[in-house]
Amino acid sequence: MRDEFARAMVALVGKRSDLVFITADVGYMAVEGIAEACGERFINVGIAEQNMVSVAAGLAREGHRVWVYGMAPFLAFRPYEQIRTDVCLHRLPVKLVGNGGGYGYGIMGPTHHALEDVGAMRVLPNLRLYLPLTGEDLPRVVEMMADDPLPNYLRLNAAASIPDGTPPFAPWRKIKPGRSCVVMGMGPVLANLYDVDRALLDELEIWNVGVLPLEDLPPDLLASIRQKQRVVIVEEHYRACGLAEALSYVLLAQGVCPASFTSLHAKGYPSGRYGSQRWHQEESGLLGPELHAHLERIVRG
Amino acid sequence: MPAALAFRACGDVKISRLGDEDQPPVTDTPAARLQLLERVYSVKKRFLAMYKQAHAGHIGSSLSCAEILVFLQHAWMRDEDSLVLSKGHAAAALYALLADVNAIDARTLDSYYGEGTHLPALPPVNTIDAIPFATGSLGHGLPLSAGMALGAMLDRRDRRLFCLTSDGELDEGSTWEAALFIAHRKLTNLVWLIDRNRIQGIGATEEVLALEPLDAKLQAFGFHVVTADGHDFASLLAARDACALSLQDRQRPVVIIADTVKGHGIRHMQDTVASHYLPMDDAQYAQALDELSSAHAAALARCRDAG
Repeated sequence: MRDEFARAMVALVGKRSDLVFITADVGYMAVEGIAEACGERFINVGIAEQNMVSVAAGLAREGHRVWVYGMAPFLAFRPYEQIRTDVCLHRLPVKLVGNGGGYGYGIMGPTHHALEDVGAMRVLPNLRLYLPLTGEDLPRVVEMMADDPLPNYLRLNAAASIPDGTPPFAPWRKIKPGRSCVVMGMGPVLANLYDVDRALLDELEIWNVGVLPLEDLPPDLLASIRQKQRVVIVEEHYRACGLAEALSYVLLAQGVCPASFTSLHAKGYPSGRYGSQRWHQEESGLLGPELHAHLERIVRG
Repeated sequence: MPAALAFRACGDVKISRLGDEDQPPVTDTPAARLQLLERVYSVKKRFLAMYKQAHAGHIGSSLSCAEILVFLQHAWMRDEDSLVLSKGHAAAALYALLADVNAIDARTLDSYYGEGTHLPALPPVNTIDAIPFATGSLGHGLPLSAGMALGAMLDRRDRRLFCLTSDGELDEGSTWEAALFIAHRKLTNLVWLIDRNRIQGIGATEEVLALEPLDAKLQAFGFHVVTADGHDFASLLAARDACALSLQDRQRPVVIIADTVKGHGIRHMQDTVASHYLPMDDAQYAQALDELSSAHAAALARCRDAG
């Protein structure tokens, strides 16, 4: 997604002269076009994320529209207090862009993974998260963030390819209909569902969450949950503070309590071994035979 | 760098808020010094009353930087400039200063520390125009000021940022990240002042985590380092002019190491860790006011004699 993001940023820079783009010395082969478009408004602060976020808050206080780019694990956690205090408490519209959410940095290992970033961000006051699914989402996501008066966190990852395409990016969108089970998920990991066999896939009604905090569930989604009574949540994130926990509250608060509610999520490093993003997804049951078996049990159970 | 980005030499900056605004601008005159003394006396009386009423601590922190704040407000900053009090635990001094120049309603000082107040122990979020950021989590003020200074530069605005940090918060890595950044970006529209009272949380800075040689460290980072007696207006004035001179070539940012005394001017608090924490009882408050009044009278007399 980062290439699509970079292209969307270049387009945005052309429209907004008050934009400042900051990177913590990352984005090789990705942000060069943004640097050229921004000129002196492209700031490489060096490998100093705490300073980067506070500087961004200072710039925003002066009226600039600031985008901050970093690797998700280092952008979300190292400057967490600066994000909370300098950006979120002051409700400054700083746009945080974290590349490589989840196991995105694969074989780089656990220091480079971000399995807690969404949870960490979604508890912060005033912050809105954007969670694109496909590369085509990025132009609209960037436009929405540019218009959003709140601070934002954008979680980038390897873009998903959805066989039949998707509706335009939205807080909620239905990706496909299905017979017996409602699946809700965030981010490109949702595309792994298309790897299961066709008969099983036909059972799955798939919805994508693009924005957190959750906006009201669409009425047809609620109706579908009530009717099917089987719900599965898919996220490349630890269960704690993730999408499943967010959704469980929203559903209960609306008096919706499906008979079956299953969270499929990142499990960390159960074997103590490392691999690619897909290898880790498979070990967590977010891809491959275990995912298939899980869904089979839920659908046929 | 375009001339518009220059830090305007401030040797000729008028002291615009001293007394009648219709008076011609003055720089360093006996009358101006007398007025600075009056203002700091007023500010100290205000915040001592606030601390007493609230039965609150951090008194030593405010006494450490009162002259610096008054000097910035009345002898350096212009309307278009801003101050970030990174050592937010001295908020009472800042509130008193702002009330003294009617930037906040003096009556609200009575609510300091109280339930439902807009004036908590440390600077609040987004409620007072003259306080751009809620501070107090140490190590934030300098990078925030750097961002504001960069923002003003990008806009070609003639605006200066002043950031007052404690010395204890130099333990924070984010302060040094910002120092690297400020020097690298040549943010010469930013003035960093360090309240060097040599006392931090529960001990002396040099015993907890030694900072010295602080001037050499800051020089090595790329700053022009100016030292001053942070309780003496003549010394602060000389530091101001030294900064202005240094900033003329717009190459090196400046930092003022202001030597100060925690709890300055009040005997039972002076140079003690306890003055960071302990409130005053009735006798201590009365004694503090007596000492403050005597010191003020003596300072006025010295100033008149010198003039």
